Amino acid sequence: MSNNPPTQTHYVAPLEETPLVAIDTVNVGERPSNLWIDAWRDMRRRPMFWISSVIILLVVLVALFPNLFTSVPPNDNCVLSNSNGAPTAEHILGFTKQGCDVFSRIIHGTSTSLSVGIIVTVLTTVLGILFGMFAGYYGGWLDSVLSRAGDIFFSIPYILAAVVIMSVFSAYRNVFVISLAIGIFAWPATARVLRAEIMRVKNSDYVMASQALGVSRFRILLRHVLPNSIAPVIVVTTISLGAAIVAEATLSFLGVGLPNTTMSWGNDISAAQSDLRTAPQTLIYPSLALSITVLSFIMLGEVVRDALDPKARAQR
Amino acid sequence: MAGYILRRLLQAIPVLLGTTFLIYFMVFAMPGDPLLALFGDKTPSPALLESLRQQYHLDQPFIIQYFLYLGGIFHGDFGTSFSGEPVADILARTFPVTIRLAIMALIIEFVGGVLIGLVSGLRKGKLFDASALVVSLIFISLPIFVIAFVAQFIFGIQLGWARTTVSSGAPIQDLILPAFVLASITFAQIVRLTRASVIETQSLDFVRTAYGKGLSRRRIIPVHILRNSLIPVVTYAATDFGVLLVGATVTEGIFNVPGVGRTLYQAIVRGEGPTVVSFVTVMVLIYLVVNLVVDLLYGLLDPRIRYVK
Amino acid sequence: MSDSSTSIQPLLEIKNLEVGFQTTEGIVPAVRGVDLTLMPGQTLAIVGESGSGKSTTAHAIINLLPGPGRITGGSIMFDGQELTSYSEKKMEEIRGRQIGFVPQDPMSNLNPVWSVGFQVEETIRANGIASGRKAVKAHAIQVLKEAGLADADKRLKQFPHQFSGGMRQRVLIGIGLSSRPKLLIADEPTSALDVTVQRRILDHLETLTRDIGTAVLFITHDLGLAAERAEQLVVMYKGKIVEAGPSKEILQNPVHPYTQRLVAAAPSLASRRIQSATHASASHALSDLEYAPTKVTEGLDLIAAAEERIEQQPKTKRPDAIVVKDLTKVYKIRGQGRGAAGELTASDAVSFSVEKGTTTALVGESGSGKSTVAKMILRLEDPTSGSIMIDGQDVAPLKGKALLDLRRRMQPVFQDPYGSLDPLRNIGNTIGEPLNTHKVGDRVSRKARVLELLDQVALPKTLITRYPNELSGGQRQRVAIARALALKPDIVVLDEAVSALDVLVQAQILKLLADLQAELELTYLFITHDLAVVRVIADNVCVMQQGKIVEAASTDDVFDSPKEQYTKELLNAIPGAGITLGV
Repeated sequence: MSNNPPTQTHYVAPLEETPLVAIDTVNVGERPSNLWIDAWRDMRRRPMFWISSVIILLVVLVALFPNLFTSVPPNDNCVLSNSNGAPTAEHILGFTKQGCDVFSRIIHGTSTSLSVGIIVTVLTTVLGILFGMFAGYYGGWLDSVLSRAGDIFFSIPYILAAVVIMSVFSAYRNVFVISLAIGIFAWPATARVLRAEIMRVKNSDYVMASQALGVSRFRILLRHVLPNSIAPVIVVTTISLGAAIVAEATLSFLGVGLPNTTMSWGNDISAAQSDLRTAPQTLIYPSLALSITVLSFIMLGEVVRDALDPKARAQR
Repeated sequence: MAGYILRRLLQAIPVLLGTTFLIYFMVFAMPGDPLLALFGDKTPSPALLESLRQQYHLDQPFIIQYFLYLGGIFHGDFGTSFSGEPVADILARTFPVTIRLAIMALIIEFVGGVLIGLVSGLRKGKLFDASALVVSLIFISLPIFVIAFVAQFIFGIQLGWARTTVSSGAPIQDLILPAFVLASITFAQIVRLTRASVIETQSLDFVRTAYGKGLSRRRIIPVHILRNSLIPVVTYAATDFGVLLVGATVTEGIFNVPGVGRTLYQAIVRGEGPTVVSFVTVMVLIYLVVNLVVDLLYGLLDPRIRYVK
Repeated sequence: MSDSSTSIQPLLEIKNLEVGFQTTEGIVPAVRGVDLTLMPGQTLAIVGESGSGKSTTAHAIINLLPGPGRITGGSIMFDGQELTSYSEKKMEEIRGRQIGFVPQDPMSNLNPVWSVGFQVEETIRANGIASGRKAVKAHAIQVLKEAGLADADKRLKQFPHQFSGGMRQRVLIGIGLSSRPKLLIADEPTSALDVTVQRRILDHLETLTRDIGTAVLFITHDLGLAAERAEQLVVMYKGKIVEAGPSKEILQNPVHPYTQRLVAAAPSLASRRIQSATHASASHALSDLEYAPTKVTEGLDLIAAAEERIEQQPKTKRPDAIVVKDLTKVYKIRGQGRGAAGELTASDAVSFSVEKGTTTALVGESGSGKSTVAKMILRLEDPTSGSIMIDGQDVAPLKGKALLDLRRRMQPVFQDPYGSLDPLRNIGNTIGEPLNTHKVGDRVSRKARVLELLDQVALPKTLITRYPNELSGGQRQRVAIARALALKPDIVVLDEAVSALDVLVQAQILKLLADLQAELELTYLFITHDLAVVRVIADNVCVMQQGKIVEAASTDDVFDSPKEQYTKELLNAIPGAGITLGV
């Protein structure tokens, strides 16, 4: 460094200190990357992603092949003398009020919760994408009509709506009906998220450039706008899977969900509530199964959000 | 501001019509006898059926039924409950209790949630922040009835700090535990939202400029960071009020709080369809009003909304 | 010390300053050993491109570095105080009171939820300039009046969004100078504003600081602007000072090759030099200058590019490619306040024509309607009235196949390099999209064409499988140009296509555009707010103001003898006036 303060005289740095580099050179050594590739690289470094994925995978396996995980049948061999009995070597989580095996019931109830979660999520995502996509992209009167419709559905809390529907359809309580009852009022959240994102993306210069090329409007929607708007929907979808499982459990808990004959975590929790003092295990274990499953989906949603949204990434 | 309020009120009308119509449609546009469907496996007395038929104007064409029903709502006529008591009377009796519980829960979740979220956001990545994040995730994942039972079990049965059920007058000290349970569902979301909002606001240009013009951190945090971060939190609180309503139903049911929620809870559990419909309608109306109020509040919080458009 | 002979002590003396940013991979240096001295009352400008460390240096002085930024070495002496040793508490005393700060973007630097008066008053209170409600309010009004808001007392209660960009910047300048600081740090204070507003505000700032006797540290990317506004100049490159000294001397005699590049590539300087040179030469022809770039400025020299462009241009008159007549666009807008719907005439009876193979620039400030005209010509918006003829063909009735044919002959390049490419499609797909849409050739020939296009815009072929987020702004604009050229169009509409780029990259792209025009005989419609760029790239100029064309002539005529007051204002706003420059 020179002793002279450089501003007083005409100072020129020696060229060796800051050699000129070519302007705007392309870094050809890097691997290809875009939002999805980057998101995957980001996610796979995070333990939370692996923990939640493994739990979800396990839950799916349990739902598909319950007999792999327990050899005790859930409903046969229930002996009332075992009512609220303590755990034994064969019945590791003890017995319910009816004297059934708690662990086996949890295992066999998994598919119910998961099915409701998946059906509701598919329904809300399809409805949400259709409404949000057309409202956001085409705007104008179509947007007004679709958005107002969404507002109305949004203004009835979906669990309350499901309570009414399930009360009306009390004779037809099964997994599909309960999923419909939850999903039919839960889609506006997805639609709103997608609509806002589409309205942002559709004003991009690359959309205008495609328009100037003569690409049709609908094709631009499918090829450019929708793929660039879908990331937040994926986040909402992952989280709503957890929320749908909670909704089913809540409805079953209230007694307007699935009939007692269907094995579900919500029903078991509901049945155990009066024995909180005497046999807390009958309540705690199904609750635990429910909470861990929901937590996994919500954790996965968080990881996906962090990975997909650069703003969220900066907030970590 | 007056124009803004008027516009919001006008916008609320179609939503109000739409929601009431939707509920009515769900119940009464079904094939078969809607009343019998509503009672499920119960058989109501012919006298009750007859009075309900009159109440819902079931002898009229559907659309006229709806408007007669809507007219009734505007006159404060929400129908008659299963026990024969007018719903309006039950509301008058139970509403104050629910309001008391709701206000306690709202104070807990807002004061607690915003404070924890603020500290978390200001100390991003520190131990406090990390623990708050983990705890909030767990709370978000737990269904309200699980939280309620765990709270009953720990604080009521194991520690004996609180009563597991509320005594008849619903005194404030009995409501503390249910209020915490009710607050817990949205509390975690408020923590996370406040945190995210604080972190984003902190990085905005005007905050740097506020430092640049010589303001102290003690002034910048409340006046510039927290004030701006509240806008999305308040918006969220409005939409999430629906969760709070469902939560109130479950919480009041479990803790036996003699409020609107417990009445709905009992009607649901006992399968008293018509009462369920009446109370759900009431709750949806409350939800609409709260959203409207928050919308107006939003106008106060954000001058850009107030003046533009 | 070299200035021991003078009795005046420097106001600010930075020695060997090092600033780094903490990342997961360790500390990334941003400023590497900067020395800088500013005397009381003097103005010093730091010039550099984005990433040069100029703003970081300025922010380090008052410790406004963003989260992960740290001063890792060196000293900052301000008025006898060592600022690097100061606690946050003591820095609060310095900031605002002794060192004022004017930020870059007026739109984001005022808190939207508080009134303007509130934000001025809290500054006055925090710095102890006045106390008591009335005194503070009176002082706030005075501050704003000084900053050039005549009706300050009425506007105190208004919110930032009710102010224009220029007005907001005046408020920020008022805040920055409210406590009569000894030093003002102005970080690109006007680069987000329209050129004419920019000039007025800088003039005002200059008057104010001269009157108060405040020294100014001025951060800018524009060498011409820096030289015009500051006595002393510091050029930064990659976190280091490469050249420093009196402004005029550096401009006239840049020694460091990087400075030479900057001087050669700055449009404001190039346009000034072309202007003075053509005035000096008898024929007024640029090609007579026989100006040659040096080795380091090869490919960046705007004057050389302009010369070359003119030489390659055929001198014969050719048919018109675009003829626009009485083009009008009226937008219905939602009423302000009273609910009445209003109308906005974005384009008001605009008429002009563009000769084949030439460049016509459409110049105007924001809201002048220049982009609306471009969109109508591209058939992205329908005109309310008027006609557009492309190669003698009226485009209004075109539909289906005929419209597709028109689109093939005319392609756009847009402004924002970060928004002009779909982030989820790789470069090969992006450049190939026109070929797919128009079903040109088969897969193999399309790929060959994409590779050829990459070559044409001087990008490596390996980019074909890469995604836009891996590219710099300039590279993205090259891809956008390649996409526009894929169908071999005759006309390219360039909507602020180089405005968002750093000067050196901008110069490269301008050179590329000129080369492509010569090679492919392209007709350019060049939409811009920057008259300086026009001087080096356009044959004809249409100046737009509030939807109307106020002046249209050849570039030489517009620069030599502007007829309209507004054109004169725009010309005056090109920085670097009054600086004598060698050619």
